[in-house]
Amino acid sequence: MTSSERDLFAALKHFSDPGLCRDLLRKLENLLRESGNSLRFMEVCGTHTVSIFRSGLRSLLPAALTHISGPGCPVCVTHDREIAACLSLAGMSGVRLATFGDLLRVPGPDGQSLKDAQARGARADVLYSPLEALSLARANPRDKVVFLGVGFETTAPAVAVALQKALELDLRNFFVLSMHKLVPPALRALLEEKESPEKAAPGSASLSIDAFILPGHVSTILGLEPYAFIADEFGKPAVVSGFSPADILQSLLLLLERKIAGKAEILNQYRLAVSARGNPRARKILLEVFTIRDALWRGLGRIPGSGLVPGEAYARFDAWKVFDPALPEARENTGCRCGLVLRGRIEPPECPLFGRACTPAHPAGPCMVSTEGGCAAHYKYNPRLSHV
Amino acid sequence: MSEPVILLDAGSGGRASQRLIRGLFFKFFSNPILEEMDDAARLDLSGPLAMSTDSYTVDPLEFPGGDIGSLAVHGTVNDVAMLGADPAYLSCAFIIEEGFSVALLEKLARSMAEAAAGAQVLIVTGDTKVVPRGAADKLFINTTGIGRILVSRPPQGKNARPGDAILLSGTLGDHGLTVLSSRSKLNLSPRLRSDSAPLNHMVGALLRGLKEVHVLRDPTRGGLATTLNEIAGQSGVVCVVREDSLPFTPEVLAGCALIGLDPLYLANEGKLICILPPEEAPEALEIMRRFPEGRQAAQIGVVLAPGEQYKAAPGQVILKTALGGERLLGMLEGEQLPRIC
Repeated sequence: MTSSERDLFAALKHFSDPGLCRDLLRKLENLLRESGNSLRFMEVCGTHTVSIFRSGLRSLLPAALTHISGPGCPVCVTHDREIAACLSLAGMSGVRLATFGDLLRVPGPDGQSLKDAQARGARADVLYSPLEALSLARANPRDKVVFLGVGFETTAPAVAVALQKALELDLRNFFVLSMHKLVPPALRALLEEKESPEKAAPGSASLSIDAFILPGHVSTILGLEPYAFIADEFGKPAVVSGFSPADILQSLLLLLERKIAGKAEILNQYRLAVSARGNPRARKILLEVFTIRDALWRGLGRIPGSGLVPGEAYARFDAWKVFDPALPEARENTGCRCGLVLRGRIEPPECPLFGRACTPAHPAGPCMVSTEGGCAAHYKYNPRLSHV
Repeated sequence: MSEPVILLDAGSGGRASQRLIRGLFFKFFSNPILEEMDDAARLDLSGPLAMSTDSYTVDPLEFPGGDIGSLAVHGTVNDVAMLGADPAYLSCAFIIEEGFSVALLEKLARSMAEAAAGAQVLIVTGDTKVVPRGAADKLFINTTGIGRILVSRPPQGKNARPGDAILLSGTLGDHGLTVLSSRSKLNLSPRLRSDSAPLNHMVGALLRGLKEVHVLRDPTRGGLATTLNEIAGQSGVVCVVREDSLPFTPEVLAGCALIGLDPLYLANEGKLICILPPEEAPEALEIMRRFPEGRQAAQIGVVLAPGEQYKAAPGQVILKTALGGERLLGMLEGEQLPRIC
């Protein structure tokens, strides 16, 4: 092993050490019992969702802790209409899509995904970095290479760098279909409860979440300041957390202590990777290249100021402008309760579609689309296996 | 001069085909049965037989620890062996894309011959087709294997019984992650290696040394999780696996953590799952550990009746996590894709 692999491996082992986790769990249980308190928490990031389920942590959480999975990963919140636009691009002559692998399976209208389009002859190359899309464009000057830009603040800076490079190289056959989304505006939308009242479940008018576990990766870019409104305006504590079970348990302890003390604060548990200032250089590049606009979120609808598109200087790379792909009106997807799941009002199995009309093979809503969505995690890991 | 390549002619059935078959394949695969050069191979086998076929399309063709040639031998040999059989003969069919390097074909044929010698099987019949550029991706190989079943009650997927022990012959995920890493140029650890190996010798030793073996299966595509789900379904039982008993190399654990893959769903090409009565488990582990590919053999779980201990249905697999929690270990949905963040 290289030394960095050795370090990573050692860290992995340490942070999922069963003894350490048992101690933290015991502390949580004691604090809950002594204070007579409870805690309803939501994790925003799909990687946390998967960690909580996959490690078996979910089956060990004390009854007074209620776990609610949030919007998950940037891929699962890619809107039907955005997928429809990708499919429309895939059908244009000379277009060669370049994409991260997990976008391929996301269904658009009528359940069609890029995987279906691929099987019917559309060209889509799976890449691991947007810079690879630049190389693809340079190596294939006759193809119009369109990179499908999905991702939160974590991924978007790399796409911004690719656009800067494309400008520098004066590439004429490289484009980006930006579907990038920003996390803080979505959190605000969840907290502001923009959902129309007729969709709400009876008797649960308010967002029933006490505290948030904030995404670790996104926060390496953002730092803590963009989350301040959660504490200042909505009076809820939140913590940027690492991804191992021990990280998550420690974060839950921090949140519970704040709730008991009645203190709304934004905390940083993931100091290993996240600094309070985040990564100002990445944010600067992001704002140099992209401009902020409204974006469509699967399951949440249109959220103001939550998306990124290439700015003026980069307009000629903007696939929305250059190709003007069809953005058909999405049909209302009947019966899907992802909106309620995301707001913590119902558990995934309470949705009438769960496990029947909506499965990982044929997902109806965002929470089932990605392996990191809350419904997919419930379906896959079934935490209700309690002993007979 | 440019490097010699395979021309469409070589699949014509005429002289060019003969040259390829005699000059290249016979050189490596030679044995008396093959050299009869009849339309079919004449074999001498009797009693209950096991037969299995598989097509190999791995990309890239060569990877650390193996190549499409050795894989095409090991994969089929192992499938035949899992029915408690001793694989004896293989057929092999090549589908070659026009323009394929002759030198590489020779290298792969040599690797196939070495793998066959290692597994002690003979390649007794074959076929070569050359297709126009673009009609196939470089090289596909199909092999079919046949062999005698060694025991009167052969191990089968339907035979797992409540109370049985679940054993695994070694580390998980090595082949899958190695191939993925070489395909995508991910630059994961240079120490990653495919575990591609023949398991027939180990199977023979197990069947000879033990009174009863209920199930043998090699967890190839879909990995351990998928294979255990298949077995649990066929037998109508529940499998419970202890996460902290699963063997992994540190390279696989670190690589999977880095790119967001679950090693329990990654393919293995030189490992077997053995399910048998618990009193046979210590002896079985001892036998497995005598083989280099079985050094890290371990008991990884037990078989339960549905409803025993857990609210689980027949066909379900439960993972007891290292933390002490429990969750379902389901089948793989589609292909495993690395996450983006």
